[in-house]
Amino acid sequence: MANSILEIKDLKREFIVGSETVRALKGVSFNINAGEFVTIMGSSGSGKTTMLNILGCLDKPTDGDYILDGTNVKTLGKNELARLRNRKIGFVFQSYNLLPRTTALENVELPLLYNSEISAKDRYDRAKQALEAVKLADRFDHTPAQLSGGQQQRVAIARALVNEPVMILADEATGNLDSRTSYEIMALMQELNQHKNMTIVFVTHEPDIASFSARTIMLRDGKLMSDTANNNIRSAKDVLQSLPKTNDY
Amino acid sequence: MSILNLIQIALKAMQRNKLRAFLTMLGIIIGVGAVIAMVAIGQGSKKSIQDQIAGMGSNMITIRPNSNVSGGVRLDATSVQSLDADDVKALQRAQYLNAVSPAVTARGQVIYSSNNWSTSLQGVSPEYLSIRDWPLKDGISFTQKDVTSSAKVCLLGQTVIANLFPNGDDPIGKIIRFKTIPLKVIGTLSGKGENAFGQDQDDIVLAPYTTVMKRITATIYFQNIYASAIDQNSTDLASAEVSQILRESHKLKPGEDDDFAVRTQEELISTFSSTSQLLTVLLAVIAGISLVVGGIGIMNIMYVSVTERTREIGLRMAIGARGRDILMQFLIEAVLISITGGLIGIAFGFISTKLVTLFLKWPTLVTESSVVISFIVCVVTGVFFGYYPAQKASMLDPIDALRYE
Repeated sequence: MANSILEIKDLKREFIVGSETVRALKGVSFNINAGEFVTIMGSSGSGKTTMLNILGCLDKPTDGDYILDGTNVKTLGKNELARLRNRKIGFVFQSYNLLPRTTALENVELPLLYNSEISAKDRYDRAKQALEAVKLADRFDHTPAQLSGGQQQRVAIARALVNEPVMILADEATGNLDSRTSYEIMALMQELNQHKNMTIVFVTHEPDIASFSARTIMLRDGKLMSDTANNNIRSAKDVLQSLPKTNDY
Repeated sequence: MSILNLIQIALKAMQRNKLRAFLTMLGIIIGVGAVIAMVAIGQGSKKSIQDQIAGMGSNMITIRPNSNVSGGVRLDATSVQSLDADDVKALQRAQYLNAVSPAVTARGQVIYSSNNWSTSLQGVSPEYLSIRDWPLKDGISFTQKDVTSSAKVCLLGQTVIANLFPNGDDPIGKIIRFKTIPLKVIGTLSGKGENAFGQDQDDIVLAPYTTVMKRITATIYFQNIYASAIDQNSTDLASAEVSQILRESHKLKPGEDDDFAVRTQEELISTFSSTSQLLTVLLAVIAGISLVVGGIGIMNIMYVSVTERTREIGLRMAIGARGRDILMQFLIEAVLISITGGLIGIAFGFISTKLVTLFLKWPTLVTESSVVISFIVCVVTGVFFGYYPAQKASMLDPIDALRYE
């Protein structure tokens, strides 16, 4: 527990829709340690998205505690939540969410623009490093329209890495990609996890993707259904190599 | 989040949509340009009227008999006989006046050889030329001695010369006749052109007032007295002094109305200026409306832009932008558009003003205040119309914004 980066205790989230109260999360508890690669799974309506919003500090629990890197999110105001997202979390979205007509480098710089402690030069250097880490060193000045889906997602991952977060939070990050590109992204995730000891929380509904992580948390109807360690982690790199070679990449 | 970063973000957003930013600016450009050009036209006409009136002699004070009721008969001002030689003598002692000239006018035909011309003969004293700020072109002026002797001499205005001497003969030394009275031309007046009322000021013959009064009109009263104040700033003092002197000289009791009227050029200037001031205000208001329309254009575009960029806003919030950062981003964007538009508009205003002067030959005057005020108005417009959309953007919930389709 010493290096627990994320602690969730009896987390509840209720929404009031009209006159009814919808209980999206009905008391979920788990911890995630630094350096873990966790997938959160569940079908639609399981509370997966609500959990993701809370983990991403975009939403606050109705009840229960969420402690991220020693900070209890419940006590924070809107602006402090924004600061926490800026410093501790790297988001990767299903639809990339890159700014159009903006170069890869500028897209990656974006989170650092909201951190006034970082100088323009630092910003440039760190964005460059992050792009190199996702193997896009030769695509700095490409705009999203000039990049393939997989490349766009890698820019998004670089953007998530650039602020040196304690955790990368991926929301169906491979949902818009074909299987080959998905494996490439998973290989990149595994590499970041193994070589840089990056904590990754990956929300998905594909069991195939979950098999690349070390641990899977299953949600169902707002409750924790299972929390299992994966003893047979597949290597995305190996899977990629076993795929038939195609000319289109 | 530093303001510098925000400006950078806003600039990048503008760069991403250059054409749209320019089209949005266009409203402001036209608005500011129109305000500057319209005010310049209004001010230009005001200035030219002022110059023309000042051209009559800016220190000049005109005294004329007041039309009053005399035995139940309302008389025309010129037929009221209240200004006489004693008044002129009294005024010559005034502290704030440096020259006084009586004036009597007669209309009639002037004849030289086979040419004749209908003009007015004005009888004045030698000081008249300095009061009117009217130099001679050629020859000499008549003197006090000529006045005393009612000498038959005269000075000709350029229009009269053109009509009596169409062959370009030198009029000096020639004898012309006004009606039946022969007058020797001793000097010619320089051209003064039309006055502010469109009257040809050069269509005149000047002679000693005694000559006109004794030999032509046979009166002892003056139609006008012209005087000039010692300088432009003391015209008000001078006009008050004139009133006082004339009241004394006419033995008016306190409470009795003046039987004369004193007018300064200042009054004339302000009368005419107020007309062109009205014109300026009217033009500025019309142009101001287009500035407001430009502002609404900004609001419209910013509003659309916020909706269109909802996901971008969601993303920015997800990666750490506070509501305030988003508000500032959109506000700065609106202000940058209006400032850039304002600057281009100022250049546009200057250029169109120059073009108006060049092609329409209208007098124009770009005033600093119109530039400064229209620029401030356009910045305020940017803030005012940019605020609501920016506020809307900053109130978005990042969760909803990220999932916005």
